[in-house]
Amino acid sequence: MKNIPLSAMIGLFFTALYFLAAIFAPLIAPYGMSDVVSNEIWAPASSEFLLGTDSIGRDLLTRMIYGGRTTIFIATAATILSFVTGSVLGFFAAVSGGWIDQVLSRFVDLMMAIPSLILALVVLAVVPVTLPVIIVLMGLLDATRVFRLARAVAVDINVMDYVEAARLRGEGTSWVIFREILPNALSPLVAEMGLRFIFMVLFVSTLSFLGLGVQPPLADWGGIVRENKDGIIYGIPAALWPAFAIATLAISVNLVADWVLNRTTSLKGGRG
Amino acid sequence: MSDPLLRVRDLKIGATVYPPGEKPKKIEIVHGVSFDLEKGKVLGLIGESGAGKSTIGLSSLGYGRGGVEITGGEVWVNGRDILKGGIKGLRKLRGAEVTYVAQSAAASFNPAKKLMEQVTEGAISHGRMTRAEAEKRAVELFRKLGLPDPENIGNRYPHQVSGGQLQRCMTALALCPKPDLVVFDEPTTALDVTTQIDVLAAIKEAIRDTGVAALYITHDLAVVAQVSDHIMVLRHGETVEYGETDQIINAPQKEYTQALVSVRSIEHAENLPKGDPVLRVSHVTARYKGTNFDVLKDVNVELHPGKTLAVVGESGSGKSTLARAITGLLPPTGGRIEFAGRTLSPGLNQRTRDDLRELQMIYQMADVAMNPRQTVGTIIGRPLEFYFGLRGDAKRKRIRELLDEIEMGDGFIDRYPAELSGGQKQRVCIARALAAKPKMIICDEVTSALDPLVADGILKLLLDLQKIEDVAYLFITHDLATVKAIADSIAVMYRGKVVRYGPKSDVLAPPFDDYTDLLLSSVPEMRLGWLEEVIASRRMESAGN
Repeated sequence: MKNIPLSAMIGLFFTALYFLAAIFAPLIAPYGMSDVVSNEIWAPASSEFLLGTDSIGRDLLTRMIYGGRTTIFIATAATILSFVTGSVLGFFAAVSGGWIDQVLSRFVDLMMAIPSLILALVVLAVVPVTLPVIIVLMGLLDATRVFRLARAVAVDINVMDYVEAARLRGEGTSWVIFREILPNALSPLVAEMGLRFIFMVLFVSTLSFLGLGVQPPLADWGGIVRENKDGIIYGIPAALWPAFAIATLAISVNLVADWVLNRTTSLKGGRG
Repeated sequence: MSDPLLRVRDLKIGATVYPPGEKPKKIEIVHGVSFDLEKGKVLGLIGESGAGKSTIGLSSLGYGRGGVEITGGEVWVNGRDILKGGIKGLRKLRGAEVTYVAQSAAASFNPAKKLMEQVTEGAISHGRMTRAEAEKRAVELFRKLGLPDPENIGNRYPHQVSGGQLQRCMTALALCPKPDLVVFDEPTTALDVTTQIDVLAAIKEAIRDTGVAALYITHDLAVVAQVSDHIMVLRHGETVEYGETDQIINAPQKEYTQALVSVRSIEHAENLPKGDPVLRVSHVTARYKGTNFDVLKDVNVELHPGKTLAVVGESGSGKSTLARAITGLLPPTGGRIEFAGRTLSPGLNQRTRDDLRELQMIYQMADVAMNPRQTVGTIIGRPLEFYFGLRGDAKRKRIRELLDEIEMGDGFIDRYPAELSGGQKQRVCIARALAAKPKMIICDEVTSALDPLVADGILKLLLDLQKIEDVAYLFITHDLATVKAIADSIAVMYRGKVVRYGPKSDVLAPPFDDYTDLLLSSVPEMRLGWLEEVIASRRMESAGN
């Protein structure tokens, strides 16, 4: 773990900061999540309210911390879900080949042909909007992208002699997927995971901004933008804080992902 | 006598290495090499992989591959120190005064451009010739190099000519701008023996006729003996021996050169088989999915327990397909394969675990035959676990025994393949095959990716193991020297058919069929004048017909 480049250090620091703030939100936040603590709406920053107050007089810093908790939790859970389903199915399609591959791949093509935001809006308009529903929906929609990547990587690995050697030994599909292919496909997948996580943050924020994501009074960054967007007209920066948070989180996570990618793909083929 | 064309003095070349988990560091890979090359002469650079021969060859163009840089010494071309000329001086030099022929012509030509355009490009862009002159010269060179239809072959794309022809086109490309020096980097290594001899003769003739000087880089001493005037033997970036070709071949001074000259000295007496064969392939026909061309046509061979059957042929002859048919990777469309007294089902999925266990395979490229993310212990241990249910200490004990058998210590047990040398990797693959206690091992070109001395070690190991374990080998190779060294019986394959089959002594004794004769006479022999003799005798034959 020595020789971490500066960019990765910065990335790690801010990523850790956001995640810690999310985990320990109840301990850090100065007020309760949905407590109206001031009579003044959109109060400017003061020693009492470090970022000021929001559209109905709640402490904005508290909202931001709790909002980060919700956003990061949803994004993380959906990313994990999409990677588990996407990569397992992608590997399975690559290893099986033939009609299994065709059915899975064409189904994924079909899903990708529909813009995911529109599909998500349609589904969320029909089913009750709860956290598990949002997570499963986002995870499955994104799994199609992961499936494509995982299949492409696995198709290359699948023709290597060591996979053939495993087949000649009589190994089953699960050994081939989890012991021969997965360890060698990990580095592109990890890098993609960083990228996908950020898309998840953006996606859930978009849904919330449109009012179909996280429901009030629960805070999340997209929701905070929505609640405070009218303030922008009067020069109130409350809606910009979540945007700033999303941007910095995106950059830090990608700095870390870049570093992981560099570490695992050296000039020598990166199998070290 | 004026200055030599190329003078290299105390050349030092460094490279940057990236050891995992450490800071990049600089190492020296060529430690002060000096030589001269006169106009019209050929210097052969020979050594095993990693000896620095390609690096030295490229340095005469002032070029270092990725991460490699020339750190010291002088390289004089035509009386100029090219290392002091800066990038502008080098640009004038490269592709004009000094040109380069790469090992893989297939990978070096742009597949989207016609051959003529690429062959003449250097001469035109350096302003040495007009397009018309360059094209005229290219046609002349095509003719000189023995390419068919020299007038029109330039209008073809690289994929429309064969591998040997493409390699000759590349030679034409290098000779087109009338350079003073051509660097040949293993130009025939990727070719079949029967093709190699034509290319070799064409290159030699072209060098003689154009009066160009050449650096000829190869790992095959027999090849370099045919074309060069002087030979320099390199090892670990240092000169081992440097002298005239005659002296190096016939009276080598240094121990390492002597080892190179006498390589392939394994003697293996042919054993006559007794009893039932372990493998009987009868009337096997196979084709790849979606094609209507049989790559195997009515193949019949037998292999007896503890014996070695060598399958020889050039690329495309179907010898590797035969292996795929036997292992079940490519179910044959006709015929029967009997193994250890039972008929094998054609497809892999229907075979029993014992069928799979008793029939093991070793691959050509040990690098990709082992999962780079598994340790040696896992690689060898998995068959033990999978077939025999060995775990824990029992498994570890057996892994140690196997490592002993392949002459590697148990210190290797926790290493990854990337931390092994080429020969060690192949040994681990052998141990993995042996771990299954097989009755037969298919060896698919197991030594062709290795340096001659290392390959010798592997062959010796295989023969020793055969005596201990009584395992039969189906040995697929294009290298007749290897065949002579280890086979009990031989099958010669050509275009999917077995054209000659029998005990070694019969197959290698006259009278020969045409193809076997061609194959046998194409194997380079390590003596001067061999190439001329073969070419002359072939010309006489064709004149007589």
